[in-house]
Amino acid sequence: MYGLKKEWEIEAPARECVLEDYVGAEARWCPGCGDHAVLSTVQRLARDLQLPPEKTVVVSGIGCSSRFPHYMKTYGFHGLHGRALPVAEGVRARRPDLSIFVVTGDGDCCAIGTAHWIHAIRYNMNITILLLDNNVYGLTKNQTSPTSRLGEKSNTQPQGSFFAPLNPISVVLGIANASFVAQTVDWNPPHLYATIRAAHEHKGASFVRVLQRCPHFSSHIFAQAQDDFSQMLLMDHEAGVKLGQPIRGMFPNAVNHDPRDLNKARELADRTDVYPIGVFYRNDNASRYDTVTARGLETTRAEKLAAINGMFDKFAVQGRN
Amino acid sequence: MSSAVLSGTKAEIVTEHVIEIISDSGEGAQTCGQMFADLCAKNGNGIWTVEIIPAEIQPPSRSRAGASGYRIRLGSKPLTNAGDYADLVIAFNEQVLYSRIDSNALHGGTLLFVDKSWAENPDPGIRRKYTDAIADFRARGYVVTEVPIEQECRKFTDDPRKGKNMWVLGLLCATYDFDPSAIGAEIAKRFGRKGEASVKQNQALFSDGYDWALENVQHRFHVPAQKITTPMVVMNGNQALALGIMAAGIEVCSMYPITPATSASHFLASTIEQTGGIVHQAEDEIAAIGFAIGCSYAGKTAVTITSGPGLALKTEFLGYAVMAEVPLVVVVVQRGGPSTGLPTKVEQGDLFAALYASPGDSPKIVIAPATIEECFHFMITARKLAEDFRGPVMVLSDANLATGQKPFQRPELRESWLAPPVDQSPWDPEVPPYAWDAQTGLSRRPIPGQRGGEFVITGLAHDEESHIAYDSAINQRGMAMRSRKLAVLRSALKPPTVHGDPAGDLLVVGWGSTLGAIEEAVDRLRAEGLRVSSVHLRFLSPMEPGLREIFSKFGKVMTIEINYSDNVGDPFIYSDSRRYSQLAQLLRSETLVDVDCWSRVPGSPLPPGVIEAQLRERLAAVESAAKENA
Repeated sequence: MYGLKKEWEIEAPARECVLEDYVGAEARWCPGCGDHAVLSTVQRLARDLQLPPEKTVVVSGIGCSSRFPHYMKTYGFHGLHGRALPVAEGVRARRPDLSIFVVTGDGDCCAIGTAHWIHAIRYNMNITILLLDNNVYGLTKNQTSPTSRLGEKSNTQPQGSFFAPLNPISVVLGIANASFVAQTVDWNPPHLYATIRAAHEHKGASFVRVLQRCPHFSSHIFAQAQDDFSQMLLMDHEAGVKLGQPIRGMFPNAVNHDPRDLNKARELADRTDVYPIGVFYRNDNASRYDTVTARGLETTRAEKLAAINGMFDKFAVQGRN
Repeated sequence: MSSAVLSGTKAEIVTEHVIEIISDSGEGAQTCGQMFADLCAKNGNGIWTVEIIPAEIQPPSRSRAGASGYRIRLGSKPLTNAGDYADLVIAFNEQVLYSRIDSNALHGGTLLFVDKSWAENPDPGIRRKYTDAIADFRARGYVVTEVPIEQECRKFTDDPRKGKNMWVLGLLCATYDFDPSAIGAEIAKRFGRKGEASVKQNQALFSDGYDWALENVQHRFHVPAQKITTPMVVMNGNQALALGIMAAGIEVCSMYPITPATSASHFLASTIEQTGGIVHQAEDEIAAIGFAIGCSYAGKTAVTITSGPGLALKTEFLGYAVMAEVPLVVVVVQRGGPSTGLPTKVEQGDLFAALYASPGDSPKIVIAPATIEECFHFMITARKLAEDFRGPVMVLSDANLATGQKPFQRPELRESWLAPPVDQSPWDPEVPPYAWDAQTGLSRRPIPGQRGGEFVITGLAHDEESHIAYDSAINQRGMAMRSRKLAVLRSALKPPTVHGDPAGDLLVVGWGSTLGAIEEAVDRLRAEGLRVSSVHLRFLSPMEPGLREIFSKFGKVMTIEINYSDNVGDPFIYSDSRRYSQLAQLLRSETLVDVDCWSRVPGSPLPPGVIEAQLRERLAAVESAAKENA
C-alpha cells in the first residue's frame, strides 16, 4: 500500500465467520431449558475461534440435548441412544483436521452409553465432550436418570429414586488416562463459556459436565444455587478455567486448586455440600489414541499396492519341479 | 523330486487322498496340518482343508469331545471341498479317534497311524483302553499301524506333547513322497521367535519322523501335482478377506473379538499398517460398528468384522446406516446359532439376521462369497457397492471358508480397486444432502470438510435436506427411495449360471461355502446320466434375477444348506407345518415356487457324498411320482 511499510500491510481475512454462520434450525427446546445456554455458548466459541463450519462436527446420541447438532450450521451427526462417543471416535480416527464436539445427556452418557463413556475417556482422542446433566429423562417425559437424587420422584420410580445418584465426575476421575475433567453450570454464562473454551483448547478427550435444570421435570433441583452463588465452589487456578476478576468476584466460595493434583480433584468431586465448578483435573501428557489412529494417512496408492503385493508373495505357490 | 532318493517302499500313485491329523487340544496338530497343507499347495497340488476345533480352549486330554486337528484333502486337480472319508488318519491318542468315527469321517479301509506309547502307560486303565480300542479299530476294518511317536520324540525332548507335531510332519512328508529339504526353512520361520534351540529341536524331530517313516511305513503315496501355468497363492478365507479389505483401499477395520471372525482381524492387525491403515479393537460390538460408521461418515469407508452374536448387537447401528445412508462394509463370518451356539463350527444360519435384523424395513445389500478366492474379490465389490449405493453392504462368510485353505489364481492388483481420496471440494449448497434421484433413489453425500455441504445426519425420518420430518408423505417417499436402490442394483445383475443342463428333473440351490460339495455331488450324479443341475447364489439381497424362469425348467427345486429345517414325519411336523431352512423360505417367497430343502446342522461342512445320497433319494422320488402320474 502506498505510503506504508510492507510489514504494516493488513491482509483482509479471506473469510470471516459471524455468529449466524453457526446457527442452524431454530432450537425447539422448552423455554428456560439449559440447553439453549450451551448452544449459544458453543456457537459463540466457534465464532470466536473462527472454526470453519465445514470442518466442525457435532455428534450426539438421543435425548433432548442430542437435538443439539440440528441447531448448529456445521456438520452434525444425530445418532443412536448412548452411542455418540464411538461415532465421534470414528470421525476423529482419520480426520485430525476436524473440530469435534459430542453433546450427550445424563441418560445417554451415564446409563445406556456407560461402556462407551468409560472407554472414550480412556482412549483420550481429541474430542470435546459436553454432558448436559439435568438429572432426568426429559424427551421421554420424566423418568429416573442415573444422576437423579435419592428419593426424587419420577414416572418410573413414583415412590422416589431408589439409589443415591451416580457422580459422573467421580466416575471419570477413576478412569485411567483421563486428561481433562471439568464442571460448570448453565446459569452462569461467562463460566460456561470459559469452561467449554478451556475444554476445546485442551488436546485430548475433554469432559465437561454442565449442571442444568429441566424446566418441566427438574426445575427445583438447582433452583437455590441459581439464586445463591455461595452454593457453588469456584475451583480457581492458572491451569484451570480462565476467568476475569469480575466473574471470580461473583463466587463467594473459591478454592485454589491445581488441576494436576488428582487426589485433591477426587476429594473435591466427592463434596456434597457445594457444587464445585471449574477444572477438577487435567493431564496434558496423557497418551492420545488419535495419534495412533491417524498413522499412515500419508501412504500413497503406489505404496499400498506394493505392500499388498508383498503380502501376496508370502502366499505364493511355488510349484513342484 | 523323484522318489529314487527314498529307500523305503515305492509310493503308490493316487489322484487324491484325504488326510487327518487328530490330537488332544494343545498338541499342535493344527500347526502340523497347516504346514503340511502349505507344503502341498506350494508344490502345486490341489488342496482343501478343514480345522477340527474343540469348543473349549483346554478340554480334558484323551477325550472324544476334545479332538483337535486338521483335515487336508490333497489332490492332483484343484479341489473345492473337504471330500467324504479320510484315507489316512494320524492320531496322537486312540480316544480322540473315536470322535472322528462318531462324525462318520472314516471309511472301512482307512489307514490309521496311532501313537502306541499308550500301550506302555503306567496307568493300567489307559493301557487297557488303548488295547481295546486298537482291537476295536481292526474289527471295524481300519488298517492300523502302531507308531512309536512319543518314544521317538523323547529322543529330542522331555515334553513330547510339544514335539509330536513336527515328528508327524516328517512322517507325512515321507508318506506322501515330499522333498523334505524345503521344510527346514519353514520350521525356522515358525519357531524362530522361540529361539535357535527350539528351531534345531523341531528340525531334528521332523527329520527323525521322516526317517522313521521311510524305514517303517508300508503305505506310501504320491499325489502328482499339475504344472502351474499361472501364478497361484494359497491361503484361508479370513486371510483372503483381509487382503481384499486392503486391496479395496479400506483403511479402518473396527472390530471386537469373536470366533470365528477374529483371525481376519489378527491378520489385518499384523499387516494393515503397511498399507497405512489401522485395526481398532473397540470396547464392544456396538462401539465397533459405531466407530466404523463414524469413519465412513467422515469419508473413509470402514469395515467391521463379526460373527452371529456380534451381528445381533450391531443391528441398531445397521439400521442407522440404512436410514442415514452411510456406506459401510460388514463382514459376518457365520458360526452355529442360535445364541452363542457353536462358536467354532460352521452354519449358514445368519442369513435372515443379515437380511432383516433391524427395526423397521431396512433394505440392505447382502452378498456371500462361495470360495476363498471370492472372499478376496467380494471385499472390493462390497466397498464399491457401499459407496455407490450409499449404505451398508453385508458380506456373509462362514467358519468353513474362514479356516479352509485353498490355492487360487493370484489376483493382479489394480489401483482402481483402492478407495478414491476423500472428496474435499466445495459442495453446491443448492444440492441437498439427500438429492434422491426420482428414478433410482441414488444420491451423493456431502463429507465433512466439504464447504457448503454442512448437514445433520440423523436416524430419524427425514426429508431431502435431512431435516427431521414425521409427515406421512415424506416418510413414504424416504422408504421408497431407500428400497428403490436395491431394485436398481438388481436390474444390473445377471441371472445366475446353471451348473449342468439348464433343464432337468432336479435343481439344487445353494449359497456360500457349500458350492464345491454341491457341485461335486451334482457332477457325480450327472456322470451316471441323472438329470440334476445346481445354481449357487452370491447376491441374497437384492436376489439375483431370473430365478423363477430357471426354476420353471426343472421338475423339482430344492436347497441344500447347513441350516436347520424340520423333518416331515417327526411328531407334529407335516408338509404344511414344516419350517423350511432359511434360503428355501426366502426362495419360496421370492419366486412363489414350491422350493423344498434338505438341510442339516452338523457343525461341519456337508460332504459331497452325503449331498449325493440325498439328491439320489429326491431324484428317485421325482421319478416314482412321474410314473404314478403317467
